[in-house]
Amino acid sequence: MRKLTYAAAICEAQCEEMARDDRVFVVGEDVDISGGVYKLTCGIREKFGEKRLIGTPISEEAFCGLAVGAAMAGLRPIVEIMYIDFILMAMDPVVNQMAKVQFMSGGQFRMPVVIRAQAGAGTAEAAQHSQSFEAWFSHTPGFKVCMPATVYDAKGLLKSAIRDDNPVLVIENRVLFFDEEEVPEGEWTVPLGKADVAREGKDITLVATGIMRRKALAAAKALERQVSVEVIDPRTIVPLDIETILGSVGKTGRLLVVHESPTRNGIGAEIVRRVVAEGFDYLNGPPKVLAGADTPIPFSSTLEKAALPQEETITRAVKEMVGA
Amino acid sequence: MSAKDVKHSVAGAAPEVSKEQKLHMLRQMISIRRFEEEVKRLYCAGVITGAIHLYVGQEAVAVGACACLRDDDYATSGHRPHGHCLAKVFDLKRTMAEMLGRETGLSRGRGGSMHQFDKAKGFLGGNGIVGGGVGIALGAAFASKYRGTDQVTVCFFSDGASNQGVVHEAMNIAALWKLPVIWLCENNQIAATTTVAKSTCTPDIAPRAEAYCIPWAICDGNDVLEVYRTVGEAVARARRGEGSTFIECKTYRLEPHCGIIADERPKEELALWRSPKKDCIKRFEAVLVREKVCTPEETETMHQQVEQDLADAVEFARKSPFPAPETLYDNVWSK
Repeated sequence: MRKLTYAAAICEAQCEEMARDDRVFVVGEDVDISGGVYKLTCGIREKFGEKRLIGTPISEEAFCGLAVGAAMAGLRPIVEIMYIDFILMAMDPVVNQMAKVQFMSGGQFRMPVVIRAQAGAGTAEAAQHSQSFEAWFSHTPGFKVCMPATVYDAKGLLKSAIRDDNPVLVIENRVLFFDEEEVPEGEWTVPLGKADVAREGKDITLVATGIMRRKALAAAKALERQVSVEVIDPRTIVPLDIETILGSVGKTGRLLVVHESPTRNGIGAEIVRRVVAEGFDYLNGPPKVLAGADTPIPFSSTLEKAALPQEETITRAVKEMVGA
Repeated sequence: MSAKDVKHSVAGAAPEVSKEQKLHMLRQMISIRRFEEEVKRLYCAGVITGAIHLYVGQEAVAVGACACLRDDDYATSGHRPHGHCLAKVFDLKRTMAEMLGRETGLSRGRGGSMHQFDKAKGFLGGNGIVGGGVGIALGAAFASKYRGTDQVTVCFFSDGASNQGVVHEAMNIAALWKLPVIWLCENNQIAATTTVAKSTCTPDIAPRAEAYCIPWAICDGNDVLEVYRTVGEAVARARRGEGSTFIECKTYRLEPHCGIIADERPKEELALWRSPKKDCIKRFEAVLVREKVCTPEETETMHQQVEQDLADAVEFARKSPFPAPETLYDNVWSK
């Protein structure tokens, strides 16, 4: 075992996959300068040169379109979006083109593009640098969407995404970038579409995505003398590992979904829909969603904290649901 | 290269065009014209559904440009792609089958009028989004340079698309990285129902390329040999690794938007562009007869052959099956 940060895991995954397949390249803003603004492309220039690590002008629509065309011509682009908020400048190539070409062309073309975008709030960067868009892209047929929340998953999911022939949006979280974990030596992959049971329990199932995994685990630990909480991190939002979630709810009879993105029409609503439709008889009470406020993310720290689920609010919601 | 060094014309020594090439170009132009007229007839009869954007009048641009390309070169198009698709792929049957939504269509009936693709012939699609092909063309050209091949990409777009922001972004990147892409702006003088005079602050679009140090040219888009020579020069530059070129082809869309939506162009203007003086097919036929490449009787024979090809294509399409409903989810993802 060795210690690795979440950011270093992202670099390591890209370097390993670029060594494995010379069609893989990285493109994005500032990626070629000193490993990028968030140091997520360190070591690539030294190993593979500027031919395969391409810094771009600030032109998201053009370089996301470039990724679509390059993939249609047989390459395997990794696009870095510095903040997921900026992907809105590229919604045409991403949503109208990338997500649909395989289908629209009758399967003639494959679309092996990875979009790596860091998302989320918690760093006082306000409404245009803090958004979470997993629900938007999950709602667009043609994408796979994953949200690694551990160092192990940051590397393993990204490697699977790069090997996948479909467009995969890998949503990274900058609050986690300097988290350090013990991980194995060498290579590993984490399959897309497989949830992780982060903590076993028997009284209630917490499904927590992205950084909410960490908060849910903290809440579970704080409650451990009163309530036995099972924490499931879906890891991949599309395709969703509903079997693991249903298996857990079958055991606990209670479901609370926790995510950072806004509550309304969010992925929590979708997970609850699936559980109600496919596991209604398992439920001992109404399933619930605890998620971000339906507001833009505010700047001031008191407001930003209030806009997001916190360990205390998760703890309170669990207690209410189990009657503890 | 500074802006001062940019040449306002890319025309150089005209590549020789053989008699066979000229006749093939004429046949393609007539095929596209008659294909489009047949599409309109089938659309009005309810056999073709959805939306159709007809290329009637502009055939010289697609045919002249694609005559410069190899099968392994790439082309992207927009929402009016039938002409580009036929010029690059030249498969009347599978293109017509796609128009009718059949399983044998180029895109297995999943795409329709605006989303014909052919991987084998490097046709990277029509596009329902005006300007949607621009970034894709940039990427195809990037891939050629990345792999070190001499393939080129022609990006067909329109006066309408020229006002989308992505054109600016992509031209900057293409010039910065010297990518082998030909920006082929087909100025048919109208976008949907809005004329260039109402949408665009200058009468010519190509001079914008000068701001990116991209060589540019304006050519008569209704003269297929002029299009061929101009695009040929740009293709040669791109193959030599000298980067991007911008070509504006002045032409005219003879049909209304979607074949049926009224616009406010004067009737006399339409009549002029349909006349032997302006119509690209009539003009090319006159040139070929004058140069004794063929006789009027031979062009008439060619028209009859195209009628037969088209009848075969329509029959092929009509007899082809619709996609089975249980295949709905095919290729949402690759397995």
